Amino acid sequence: MKLAICAQGEGMKAQVDQRFGRCPYFVIVDSETGAEEKSVPNSGVSATGGAGPQSARQLSQEGVEAVAVGHVGPNAAVALQAAGIAIYGGVTGTVQQTWELFREGKLATIDQATVDPHHGI
Amino acid sequence: MIIAIASGKGGTGKTTVATNLALVISEKTKVQFLDCDVEEPNAHLFLKPELQSSEPVSIPVPRVDLERCTYCGICAEVCAFNAIMVGKETVLVFEPLCHGCGGCTYFCPEKAISEVDRPIGVLEKGPAGPLSFVHGKLNPGEALSPPLIKAVKKTVDPSALTIVDAAPGASCPVVEAIQGSDYCLLVTEPTPFGLNDLIIAVELLKKLNLPGGVVINRSLGGEGEAEMESYCRQEGVPILLRMPWDRELASLYARGEPAVAHLPAWRKHFAGLLEQLPVEIEEGR
Repeated sequence: MKLAICAQGEGMKAQVDQRFGRCPYFVIVDSETGAEEKSVPNSGVSATGGAGPQSARQLSQEGVEAVAVGHVGPNAAVALQAAGIAIYGGVTGTVQQTWELFREGKLATIDQATVDPHHGI
Repeated sequence: MIIAIASGKGGTGKTTVATNLALVISEKTKVQFLDCDVEEPNAHLFLKPELQSSEPVSIPVPRVDLERCTYCGICAEVCAFNAIMVGKETVLVFEPLCHGCGGCTYFCPEKAISEVDRPIGVLEKGPAGPLSFVHGKLNPGEALSPPLIKAVKKTVDPSALTIVDAAPGASCPVVEAIQGSDYCLLVTEPTPFGLNDLIIAVELLKKLNLPGGVVINRSLGGEGEAEMESYCRQEGVPILLRMPWDRELASLYARGEPAVAHLPAWRKHFAGLLEQLPVEIEEGR
């Protein structure tokens, strides 16, 4: 499946970003092989409001089924759930390192908001 | 005739100027006072209106009929505020994000969206001595004030001279409050922050094509003021009143008493301000 990892830049070597709706990039990887499919700029970054729902919609359109984040706000959490996208917390280091943790089952699933609204602005 | 009071920087004395000016004008003609600072209305503390009516103000938000919805996603695409999200088996509406524009309802090809009212605040009215008083009170936690400000401004009585007390800043709530006025007073203070925000407010008046003048509160003279003066001169914005530091004024303010009712010197200050405004007052009401 497609796993999106919140990142500060493009590619597997990019540093992860703890924010969801305002992270600059999503690096989309094949969760089984760790191959990078693509890096897409997060359209929620420039949203005046509702960045979380906008980013969730973008990932849904990309066919993403799981996202690895640092934190998610309340709107992002329900939007991702509605889109059927699983949320994993605990990103750290680079995108590559985070994918490795995911593969080893070391990223915890998140089923509700971990921060208040507008936490990452 | 509508005179708006705005400021750029907060806490410079908008409400002090608005309430005292309104009281001075009310000695001559019929005055209506609209407190459009709906996030923190405070003019009622000084004017003490007898609020006789209170009505809720709402914005229309979408309700989606999932029986008719085909999850096509057009509603989410047209929403500029990300207030609606189409999921796999559900459609989420983030009501606090919705600006009530009706775009989703209009564009839904299945006619699956209807609108329901979501209250955002209340509109309260009543007489305050010789004045007719209206204010909006935004519900706590609500982010969207312009629709409520619009509702307050709908009550404008063309037969009266209307004073509009705006919110601080220069963003949407201020634009909503002051647009359509005939004149705008900008209340400032002679500090670097005051000047910085005054410049932004003057730029806003230019964009709205609104004539205006400046009131300097807590005036001490000195260098900060010289800079402000030269800026106003350069922009062709007149300085209409300098309000001196005055312990008595502060003390009355703290007790919720309008200065013009107690201090003859301040009655004179505001009468002098009125004389400089482009207001034609027909004596009597």
